[in-house]
Amino acid sequence: MKRFSPNTPAIPDPSRRRFMQGLAAGGVMLGMSPLLSKSGWAGEKNSATHTGMAPVLSGTEFDLTIAETMVNYTGSPRMATTINGSIPAPILRWREGDTITIRVHNKLSTSTSIHWHGIILPYQMDGVPGVSFKGIPAGETFTYRFTVNQAGTYWYHSHTAFQEQTGMYGAIIIEPREGEHIRADRDLVVQLSDWTDEDPMDVFAKLKKQSDYYNFNQPTAMDFFHDVSTLGLGAALSKRKMWNQMRMSPVDLADISAYTYTYLMNGTSPRGNWTGLFKPGERVRLRFISSGTQSFFDVRIPGLKMTVVHVDGQDVEPVTVDEFRCGPGETYDVLVSPKDDAYTIFAQALGRTGYARGTLAVREGLTAPVPQMDKPQWLTMTDMMGDMGGSDMAGMKGMDHSGHDMAGMNMDMNHKPNLVHARHARTEYGPSVDMRVDTPRTNLDDPGIGLRNNGRRVLTYADIVTVGRKQEDTREPGREIELHLTGNMERYTWSLDGLEFGKSTPVHFPEGERLRVILHNDTMMTHPMHLHGMWSDLEDPNGDFLARRHTIAVQPAQRISFRVTADAPGRWAWHCHLLYHMDAGMFREVIVA
Amino acid sequence: MNHQHNTLPAKTPANHGMRTMSKPVILISTVLLLLGMGTLPAWSAEDTPMEEMNMEGMDHSTMSDMDHNETSKKGNSNAATMDHGDMTSSMQGGSAPADARDPHAYSGGYSIESGKYALPGKRILVLGDEHNFGSLVMDRFESVRTSDNTSATYDLQAWFGRDYDRLVLKSEGDVDNGTLEEASTEVLWNHAIAAFWDSQFGLRFDTNNEGPERNWLALGVQGLAPYWFELDITAYLGEESRSALSIEAEYEILFTQKLVLQPRLEANFSGKKDLQLGTGAGLTDTAFGIRLRYEIRREFAPYVGIEWASLYGDTADMARATGLESNETRVLAGLRFWF
Repeated sequence: MKRFSPNTPAIPDPSRRRFMQGLAAGGVMLGMSPLLSKSGWAGEKNSATHTGMAPVLSGTEFDLTIAETMVNYTGSPRMATTINGSIPAPILRWREGDTITIRVHNKLSTSTSIHWHGIILPYQMDGVPGVSFKGIPAGETFTYRFTVNQAGTYWYHSHTAFQEQTGMYGAIIIEPREGEHIRADRDLVVQLSDWTDEDPMDVFAKLKKQSDYYNFNQPTAMDFFHDVSTLGLGAALSKRKMWNQMRMSPVDLADISAYTYTYLMNGTSPRGNWTGLFKPGERVRLRFISSGTQSFFDVRIPGLKMTVVHVDGQDVEPVTVDEFRCGPGETYDVLVSPKDDAYTIFAQALGRTGYARGTLAVREGLTAPVPQMDKPQWLTMTDMMGDMGGSDMAGMKGMDHSGHDMAGMNMDMNHKPNLVHARHARTEYGPSVDMRVDTPRTNLDDPGIGLRNNGRRVLTYADIVTVGRKQEDTREPGREIELHLTGNMERYTWSLDGLEFGKSTPVHFPEGERLRVILHNDTMMTHPMHLHGMWSDLEDPNGDFLARRHTIAVQPAQRISFRVTADAPGRWAWHCHLLYHMDAGMFREVIVA
Repeated sequence: MNHQHNTLPAKTPANHGMRTMSKPVILISTVLLLLGMGTLPAWSAEDTPMEEMNMEGMDHSTMSDMDHNETSKKGNSNAATMDHGDMTSSMQGGSAPADARDPHAYSGGYSIESGKYALPGKRILVLGDEHNFGSLVMDRFESVRTSDNTSATYDLQAWFGRDYDRLVLKSEGDVDNGTLEEASTEVLWNHAIAAFWDSQFGLRFDTNNEGPERNWLALGVQGLAPYWFELDITAYLGEESRSALSIEAEYEILFTQKLVLQPRLEANFSGKKDLQLGTGAGLTDTAFGIRLRYEIRREFAPYVGIEWASLYGDTADMARATGLESNETRVLAGLRFWF
């Protein structure tokens, strides 16, 4: 318990830090006209949003109030949707074994919800409107009550419309029943997110109209001429040939960029420089929570090694790295031992258009150099074609092809894992799917586009191993469920097996079974897939248990598998945690019955 | 590249004077003619999606001509050899093999609306795939200056609906001296038939200040061909067994992230002579333009450009007989915008 108290001094003094040089650091607009408020929440006079290190609430009874409050991240005040008036929302501290009661009061003029991300609970408490309950209508209170049977770092967020984008997310810290066993002198939450001044529905509509609207990193004629002069005409042409032939973009790294996004660390813009305090010699636990709605973050702290000890709420075998990538939904706890006065926590977005940044320092007001962002890289053949890309196995393709032409010839699923042949759904051959991967890669030791061979030790999924590699349910899976992650970037449609949610049927997990889920990514984007209600026990390429996860980022042209114990009766959500992909229909309902 | 599908089918040929002529236009339009002729028979009923491979095969030969592409000589997918380029043919389009997975195989008979644990009442969870969106793209809104005249042209496409099925409105026209000289408006049902292709079916209404109105049934495909060529190919059937075909192709070359050069080609064909409108049979007219726009925002881009327009065959003869030229060069200044 006492280990959380150092949080308090880390809360920066707003009056001193915000609005330096008249710039909006992610703070409060005092004296905003109430006329700007769209909400009917007339009862509250001060509708400014608190930003920075979130307040901590602990115990077993909580009251959370959802309302619209003003926030200013860019110089233009905007209405945010907040929980208890802060971005991020309050840090909720629970204790394993406790039964928790949370009354959520909706002061919005629209419906809302809160989903407890990674928490195992009865489906009625999971907070997904239309799946677990009907949502929390305007003006009403919903009481969540469940027993906490796990420990670690988690988070919570709205599961309604785009409310997560407009500020509804916060951290959950659950103390193990037997007390904390990861030894640290100080414990800081670092929640990463993205903010846009635009109405998220406008962002979504723009993507529907022009899917590369926010991408200002496109290949130009100048790049081509540059390549011709350095590589020669032939190489410059062949570098582009496949992409152009297939109408796929090699620079489609992120749908939404810093053109509209301000990347936040604990609700604070880079200029605002959120600062976490420590005393020299202390061992600091940083709980990174990746709450970007549409942003992957690549995190490093120049000058410090980070020892990853806890991922997605699970203790993992410690692994020391320079950098890690975290996708929306994932959490990573690292231990650091800072010696200098100040270090920059640098979290560049995958698209390399912007970053979230803060400082670890011995006192407020210190800064350390902020690194340059890495240059954005082109996606590779590996990202497009999996095992075939860039390998010497291209000859295999001929065989594949004849296989395709001979109708009825069954794909042999007993290949070695690294030579898996895909079996696509019949609905992947229509307008909803712009590309299919026939020969996916299954290796997990790839940090992903933009992090490969960058000279730093970067965490990969192969490094993340549940302590002791011990799984709770050791039964062999009795059934396989294969889903393909699909989309059409040109149309900005996202789906599973080529079917958006509205056309889909639920996936039935027979209650009590241990089963294997295979996710096969036919797109060129990484999709953090989040299964509600049950753990995703990630397997290595040989089919052996690796790590217990709640969110699994599947890279382009990658095929992964995980085990599920279907012990949670009810209906559950299962979706890509890139919010705009989910809202485009990359969503399935799971029924355990 | 901006992948707005904003090309529009061409209108009836302009009846006003033309002066100069660009030879390459004929060559390119011939290529496009072949493309168009090849593509249209491949179009099939809406419920049987066209195999994209057909299009790729044809596009391919065409595009490598236009684009001086080095090596690829893929005739069709069966002749695939072993380099990366040929893998793409099995990665996109095509039809599902007989043993393709059933995407509903895991449902256990449940639906998202009913069955155990389903919430009572109307379904609450409705995502973007069941949401209507809409857009209006003014692709060309320009002042057109020839050696002896200045007029204005507009060319827009609007849509409303969902991802794969939507209503499309296309409209273009010429305004000269404050008078709408000619205008063409199409109302089309747009249905996605392949990853990059939509079919369109509907009606076209033409008005002409100096001639009769014409109504047509329209049937076309619009989409993105390999190498990022935006194509719009539409066949028309009119009264008195009139027929027409229009082809539009656009390409975008980015000099910077905001400065975009857009070559644009349109060609029109007529099935039979129309004396009242002064069009002959066969290729009637082409226009090849180059527009350089600066995207102040994605949605708002002023441009300048030049366009070479030509009339052909009987159409050209009829124009000359009334004292008009059959070729002209147009200097353009305009605005591209959308919302």
